[in-house]
Amino acid sequence: MSELSVNHLLGIKYLNKKDISLIFETADHFKEVINRSIKKVPTLRDITIANIFFENSTRTKLSFELAEKRLSADVVNFSAGQSSVKKGETLIDTVNNILSMKVDMVVMRHPNPGAGIFLSKHVKAAIVNAGDGAHEHPTQALLDSYSIREKLGDVGDKNVVIVGDILHSRVALSNIFALKLQGANVKVCGPRTLIPKHIESLGVEVETNLKKALEWCDVANMLRVQNERMDISYFPSTREYTQQFGVNKQLLNSLDKQIVIMHPGPINRGVEITSDVADSDQSIILHQVENGVAVRMAVLYLLASKIK
Amino acid sequence: MIRSPAGNSRGFFYVPNILKNCLLLYSTELVTQHMSQKVLLTSKEINIILHRLACQLMENHLDFKDTALIGIQPRGGFLAERLVKILKKEYKIKHIDLGFLDITFFRDDFGRGEILKANSTQMNFLVEDKKVVFIDDVLYTGRSIRAALTAIQSFGRPSSIELLTLIDRRFSRHLPIQPTYRGRQVDAINDEKVKVMWEENDGEDKVYLISK
Repeated sequence: MSELSVNHLLGIKYLNKKDISLIFETADHFKEVINRSIKKVPTLRDITIANIFFENSTRTKLSFELAEKRLSADVVNFSAGQSSVKKGETLIDTVNNILSMKVDMVVMRHPNPGAGIFLSKHVKAAIVNAGDGAHEHPTQALLDSYSIREKLGDVGDKNVVIVGDILHSRVALSNIFALKLQGANVKVCGPRTLIPKHIESLGVEVETNLKKALEWCDVANMLRVQNERMDISYFPSTREYTQQFGVNKQLLNSLDKQIVIMHPGPINRGVEITSDVADSDQSIILHQVENGVAVRMAVLYLLASKIK
Repeated sequence: MIRSPAGNSRGFFYVPNILKNCLLLYSTELVTQHMSQKVLLTSKEINIILHRLACQLMENHLDFKDTALIGIQPRGGFLAERLVKILKKEYKIKHIDLGFLDITFFRDDFGRGEILKANSTQMNFLVEDKKVVFIDDVLYTGRSIRAALTAIQSFGRPSSIELLTLIDRRFSRHLPIQPTYRGRQVDAINDEKVKVMWEENDGEDKVYLISK
């Protein structure tokens, strides 16, 4: 018997170490499945999953949809832009309407932090959080850790630096929880204005010098500057940000070791990393995308197996 | 109690062997009141059966050129490996395609009972136009084999599929599935469990019938 300790995936905060290893072991098997010539298993054929996206997404939505289809689940897609949400329908009403059409699981992205948690308390369906505001993006953190594990063998005791806009990033928060849970050492690096106060209370260190951070780390996870979430100017100019916190090939070559470069996408080429870094051998950005499908299959499979 | 025969210098009551055995049986009965196990096959018997099965396989597949042996995970793999070892070592078969197929994601009881952990699938060849032999330790309801028949389709279209099982529990089938090669037929009731132990995994070669 092996099952998750939770019925919903709302955030990494609610998982334990065993859950993460179970997800990774299951993802290993699904990775083998998606590399077969026939990439599909019939496991979830009597499960219906609704992908509800109140915020734009390309990668995550596609990745979830592929994961669902590879598991033979029935999929319905819903984007807030073309829906009754525009007419003033509440979140619970919208979701309950979808659920009354016999939907078993909901994958939701929402601009408000805690939207998934709220929903899980009020509707009868397994909820997977695909990003809620600046709060959590658990499947991204899982696939990031899974990719580190694949590249370096283990996540425990590795030095990982998360560079960029930590303040607005749900990827950063979920990654910090996931990495700490697995015993990695975590530093965050970025302009002081984009690093939340009291972040040290999560057990991470703050480093404002990118060169020093890169010299320390085994893995650098480069985040995008989220201009759409910025209400004020947090740094003088994009050019200055790039000069201080952008990674280029010259900087990587000046280090005395080969570090692993990650990016959750979408990349602003030439801002947080240059093209030659993004496309280099050290970058595992495209592996992250591939692993995303396997990890999401594992999450959906493990949650669906708990539906009574 | 019977008085000890002459020569028992300690002067205690002597318990004859037959009585001792009764007492021993009684005490094991107490310990395993809820579960008793009987040895169905010993290591020697298993060895003889494995050699017979290997010969039967050779009869139909000769040099195994177009054949793929596939162990159904988790426990069929041990049997498959054992058979390949015998075929290679004692019958000088040069090359045998051996694969391990996990059926967890193809089961028909998802969400209806126990959540089973998946095992690895290792298939480094296509089964297109091959003669496939599924190998599993115990054939019970036939549902695992049903799942395996679906799962194998992801690796091509075999020209034929056969089934080899060490133990065939003949009165428990839910589906019309029968083995092509069988080690031993067993009549076990549904409350009973047949457990096959392998030396490489469990420390001994033995088959037990466990009743609750």
